Amino acid sequence: MIRFENVTVTYPDAPAPVLRAVDVVVPEGELCLVVGSTGAGKSTLLRAVNGLVPHFTGGTMAGRVLVDGRSTVDHPPRELADVVGYVGQDPQAGFVTDTVEEELAYSMESLALAQPVMRKRVEETLDLLGLADLRERSLATLSGGQQQRVAIGAALTAHPRVLVLDEPTSALDPGAAEDVLAAVHRLVHDLGMTVLIAEHRLERVAQYADRVLWLPGAAGAPVSGPPGPVLAEAPVAPPVVRLGQAAGWSPPPVSIRDARRLAGPLRERLAGRTPRQVSSPLGGEVLRAAAVTVRYGKTVAVREVDLAVRAGERVAVMGRNGSGKSSLLWALQGSGKRAGGLVEVGGTDPAAAVRVLERRRVGLVPQQPSDLLYLHAVAAECAQADAESGRSPGTCRGILDTLAPGIPGDRHPRDLSEGQRLALVLAVALAPEPAVLLLDEPTRGLDYPAKSRLAQALAGLSETGHAVVLATHDVEFVAEVATRVVVLADGEVVADGPVAEVVTASPVFAPQVAKILAPEPWLTVAAVSAALDLP
Amino acid sequence: MTVHPGAWWVWALALGTVAARTTNPLLLGLVAAVAGFVAVRCRRDTPWASSYGMFLKLGLIVIAIRVVFHVLVGGITGPTILFSLPEIPLPEWARGIRLGGPVSAEGLVFAVYQGLQLATLLGCVGAANALADPKRLLKSLPAALYEVSVAVVVALTVAPQLATSARSVRRARALRGDPVRGRRMIRTLLVPVLEDALDRSLSLAAAMDSRGYGRTACLPRSARLLTAGLVVGGLLGLCVGAYGLLDASAPGLVGFPMLVLGALLAAAGLLTGSRRVVRTRYRPDRWTPRAAAIAGSGLAAAATVLLVEGMGAGDAALLVPSTVPLLPPDLPLLPALGVLVALLPVVLIREARG
Repeated sequence: MIRFENVTVTYPDAPAPVLRAVDVVVPEGELCLVVGSTGAGKSTLLRAVNGLVPHFTGGTMAGRVLVDGRSTVDHPPRELADVVGYVGQDPQAGFVTDTVEEELAYSMESLALAQPVMRKRVEETLDLLGLADLRERSLATLSGGQQQRVAIGAALTAHPRVLVLDEPTSALDPGAAEDVLAAVHRLVHDLGMTVLIAEHRLERVAQYADRVLWLPGAAGAPVSGPPGPVLAEAPVAPPVVRLGQAAGWSPPPVSIRDARRLAGPLRERLAGRTPRQVSSPLGGEVLRAAAVTVRYGKTVAVREVDLAVRAGERVAVMGRNGSGKSSLLWALQGSGKRAGGLVEVGGTDPAAAVRVLERRRVGLVPQQPSDLLYLHAVAAECAQADAESGRSPGTCRGILDTLAPGIPGDRHPRDLSEGQRLALVLAVALAPEPAVLLLDEPTRGLDYPAKSRLAQALAGLSETGHAVVLATHDVEFVAEVATRVVVLADGEVVADGPVAEVVTASPVFAPQVAKILAPEPWLTVAAVSAALDLP
Repeated sequence: MTVHPGAWWVWALALGTVAARTTNPLLLGLVAAVAGFVAVRCRRDTPWASSYGMFLKLGLIVIAIRVVFHVLVGGITGPTILFSLPEIPLPEWARGIRLGGPVSAEGLVFAVYQGLQLATLLGCVGAANALADPKRLLKSLPAALYEVSVAVVVALTVAPQLATSARSVRRARALRGDPVRGRRMIRTLLVPVLEDALDRSLSLAAAMDSRGYGRTACLPRSARLLTAGLVVGGLLGLCVGAYGLLDASAPGLVGFPMLVLGALLAAAGLLTGSRRVVRTRYRPDRWTPRAAAIAGSGLAAAATVLLVEGMGAGDAALLVPSTVPLLPPDLPLLPALGVLVALLPVVLIREARG
């Protein structure tokens, strides 16, 4: 269905091609997962399928891409719209109309389908993706998960033979991600649709894939094959594959079900052992919030939340999209709205503090970290951060070098990789030495190695007496980094406790290792390996 | 059930026509009240429905600006001087312009009337805006103008997006501890916001392209030439016709007939041009009898006022109440009754909603 014939793509002014000699065939009815580190060319490969690369992005392409027999060389994206449905990384940026129903109909209008056909397909798609209640809603008022489902639905109504999804679940909570992927899985199995997905959160997708395409970047030629063996070789792999490798299962399983069937002996070996407690000593209480309430108009985003955080703690705030995680973080920081309640950091309310002092107490890394950056070079940003926080010159750069060494000072922040940019923003936020660091969805767009580096950095922070609070959907990251988990639902705290207790209590928030080894209380591959001296 | 957006716009623009023909504060107040009442009663729960309040505020600002300008710059004067501002002497070449000086009651009332007229016009447009999405109206344009209407729609969505991204950047900037003010604001706020806007428009364009925007039917060369010829010919005809009408010395044939011919040619061009754009509409707005009645009620109001004005009968003088000498305005009865006809949509919509 999709055939890449010796495709090489070079962007203008780039020193090296982003895709080199890609020779891949994706047969009809397969769900193909594209994996690779950030910057390996996943998005470029996806965009080449419907001709956005190079028709839209510029650059030169050698070789050819055939989709359903049509070459993208002489078919621009619009002429492929009836064969390829493409959903980009940020669904909201791709919306053309205002309301859900009109957005679903847009592609069909462009394809000049008859009106009765459009009405029928819109209804079908509303049902398929569970959007029927939202049909008249304005797109801007939808939550991230709903927007993602609308974007997929909008691509589906044209009945394409190929669906291309760029990071469809990155912004979603585990439940919503499950919904979206279940819908995609159904499309593959019921309609024989060919699906190409790029995703960083492999633990969510890998089990559905029929084939994995690994792009090693400049290191070599792309590898395509069955999920287990390919992922085992790649630097990015979900915990289930890593556990399989550590335990010596061959081929490494990619689904929880397969792994559990192999895990019997491992569970027996682990019986009686407990994970090594690596908790750093907790200090005094640095942040206390009582009955914090945040309202937007009539809707209550956060309802009377109590939270006390001690120095050295790493608290993960989890919950559905729209459950009030971000609002809570901003209210704790002091610059967000707060309709009621009390926040105290070191004895004073950060909202009442003068700005510079306020920053010293609570640092926040927003969901769009790049919003914090505005200068043209990394060195200038660091110098500005030092000046703003009244630190000696070089403080911020020093922090940056411990987080992500070797970033050239003259590089423009926009040209950094996601991980490097996050490190820069972290350094900027840490320059004033806040007692509490708040992070809003820090792992979006990060690959596994970058996430491990972030986890190490956060662990290092709490060892030096900082408290860390992060809002995230990433259960694997929570298992790796958090010491305590707070679950929010509709703005209320529904669970609060040590990470092992809370995440194993419900399958939605459980990391893969916990699901495989239940009822044994293990959360990460690293803990299992350490306990059994596995490789 | 939705009414064709065109009906609401015709209704509102007709009311606006009434407002444009009168400075009588009583009649203007009546027009504004009718427009407001219908807007509040008939609007649906849509994102743009709340924009009406913004238009009203804008109207109040317009009145205030008009009055302040009158006080500062002057204009119509009268015998009743309320107070005097110190007059700023201007050089010889600026004679005829006055800064400061005496402010008369007559002039002030005149300024209020005029401000009220503009505010009422804004109220009518605001009502139309709250009742019907302007973007939907654009979609009802002939297919040949489709590309233009999409460009307008996209431009309209950019503004709120800019506001959102400005808010988030401002919020993030506040985290860094320096308040964004003055010239630094351009760099710290504008650059990220514009970057964001550019990124967004690029990804929107990519999304539209991959969803089939701009697919065109492969018309034969002859058909494209015909379209181009018709449109160019039509425009030429319109120009010549307009020239003929305005220039009294032009031969009679060049005037009105040429204008009609040009209009016909241009319409034919749009029609053949529409064949190039292959698109269908999901849930097109239909012009129902109810829509016709709504538009008609507005037109009736306008027609009454224009008729009264044209006949020059007793009520006509009341449309523009005298300010020199200053007299209390009277409500012209017939135009007022006409404006009340424009309340019809309230009944129609209530009936439709059951």
